Amino acid sequence: MVKNIIDWIDARIPMTATYNRHVGQYATPKNFNFWYFFGSLALLVLVNQLLTGIWLTMNYVPTAEGAFASIEYIMRDVEYGWLLRYMHSTGASAFFVVIYLHMFRGLIYGSYQKPRELLWLFGMLIFLVLMAEAFMGYLLPWGQMSYWGAQVIISLFGAIPFIGDDLTLWIRGDYVVSGATLNRFFALHVIALPLVLVVLVFLHLIALHEVGSNNPDGVEIKKNKDENGWPVDAIPFHPYYTVKDIMGVAGFLIVFCYVLFFMPEGGGYFLEKPNFEAANPMKTPEHIAPVWYFTPFYAILRAIPDKLLGVVGMGLSIVVLFILPWLDRCKVKSIRYRGLIHKINIAQFTVSFIILGYLGAVPATPALTIAARIFTLTYFGFFVALWVYSKNEKTKPVPTRVTH
Amino acid sequence: MKKLLIALVTLVPSLAMAAGGHNVHLESANVDLRDTASLERGLDMFQHYCSGCHSTQYQRYDRVATDLNISVDDMRNKYMFTGAKIGELMENSIPTADAAKWFGAAPPDLTLVARVRGADWIYSYLKGFYADESRPFGVNNTVFPSVGMPHVLQGLQGLPVKQEDGTFVTTGGSMTAEEYDQAMRDLTGFLVYSGDPVKLEREALGWWVLGFLFIFFIIAYFLKKEYWKDVH
Repeated sequence: MVKNIIDWIDARIPMTATYNRHVGQYATPKNFNFWYFFGSLALLVLVNQLLTGIWLTMNYVPTAEGAFASIEYIMRDVEYGWLLRYMHSTGASAFFVVIYLHMFRGLIYGSYQKPRELLWLFGMLIFLVLMAEAFMGYLLPWGQMSYWGAQVIISLFGAIPFIGDDLTLWIRGDYVVSGATLNRFFALHVIALPLVLVVLVFLHLIALHEVGSNNPDGVEIKKNKDENGWPVDAIPFHPYYTVKDIMGVAGFLIVFCYVLFFMPEGGGYFLEKPNFEAANPMKTPEHIAPVWYFTPFYAILRAIPDKLLGVVGMGLSIVVLFILPWLDRCKVKSIRYRGLIHKINIAQFTVSFIILGYLGAVPATPALTIAARIFTLTYFGFFVALWVYSKNEKTKPVPTRVTH
Repeated sequence: MKKLLIALVTLVPSLAMAAGGHNVHLESANVDLRDTASLERGLDMFQHYCSGCHSTQYQRYDRVATDLNISVDDMRNKYMFTGAKIGELMENSIPTADAAKWFGAAPPDLTLVARVRGADWIYSYLKGFYADESRPFGVNNTVFPSVGMPHVLQGLQGLPVKQEDGTFVTTGGSMTAEEYDQAMRDLTGFLVYSGDPVKLEREALGWWVLGFLFIFFIIAYFLKKEYWKDVH
């Protein structure tokens, strides 16, 4: 009976073939380690954001007059509305935690290198759209930090010569951030950007499955196939990685739910304290800080004395990640077999990124500004140095088979 | 190089300062959200002394009654003064425009003040009023300089007057210092409750969720181990 139904469908659309290609017989390297959990976790968080977002939309009022009160209505009067809202707000931060770790995995194991450049580019586009999605979502609660954060970030576009002022007016739909801005950000946050995001995730997965997954050894498993054409170092994604990812999901949810149930404000970093006060265009908060996931880039913006150059610097700090596959000219992928200089470079880049993240969250003082400038230089220095040394890097011999 | 060294040397203390924020010393409020009797005394205090000007307009009377174990009749008779119905939001009676005219700025809604300022800040603020002739209402506040609010609780606490050695001497209140501290702890507790009324329920549910996930993780771990036995 079931077989008949499946045959009937398969005669009309390639259901079984698609399942086998992407899950049942997708050849996955058998040596994935801890870092490889974050791709599937990103998918989990995306689904969480989509579902909780839909339910929040049912009670949220996207007007300047009603937005803040409707959030409190959700928190107090909607059955388990607080749970939906905290799942969504904690999910936003979790999304960036997971994505940053996922990107870091790609960085240390050279997953961006040939033939996975397009996979990396789709991933970077996802990161970019995710930042826009998060930024617009943060305006919706219409708290003080929502309002003033949006005011500051949108005004950055004003630094662009000639068209800057008209551009900011066009983005806001008003001379200041107002109900008009809230309405359009709501539309973009709940419809336009999620659609783009889902399409990009689809393309990211298609690109991954076309070239195959990289692994901690950076060895191309397709170079060693048995007589049936199956890579000898590969195992099918299902059931091996489905059961492993379920374990990863359980571990992730323990951390996620701890934050959700016991510290939903995330120490004032996931939900900033001033955002529990309704937006007031007449009252500027003492210290306007973006949410933690934007702070490394915000620190670079503030570190550069000129406003236009600051905006350019911030933009470049993200753009430069797009061209990473072409900056790294080394043929060896994994950090395990690369030179000492590369290990040091990745370590200093990681430290720079974290310190910039801290510096972007606290008020600037002259000393901290000097620190931000130093770490802005070391951030960009990573890419320059990589391009220089990777051409003739002294690497270790790469094994022909994965180590497991 | 010299610049770098200077930056690093000066970085450490300024990091500490940046994390600390204001240099005002805050007293610990020591609020206990399980002590509903204390929260009810706080509600009583709030409704009699604060709600004339400050609303808590995001919460409803009946929700507060349920959470604080107050009967509907008690809630109606003791704590509701505006003619509102039991299911309505706890708005105040003075019009915002008038209030803005009288005080220079409209008294803010206080439903979420504990989430903006924190319990210790509120507690210290309530205890922080002192005589200052240069201010319109004759009082200032140690944690909120140039505050635009009179010392509403002066009849209870009395008026602290700053001495030459920097300490305060308080006279004229109907409460002892200990009674006033306890009353302010009650009031702070009520505001902490108002800011996050679901906190206790959330944490209770959280333990069940974590317990379930922990067991689920163990099962998932052994399931993975079983499936991966043949991978070498």
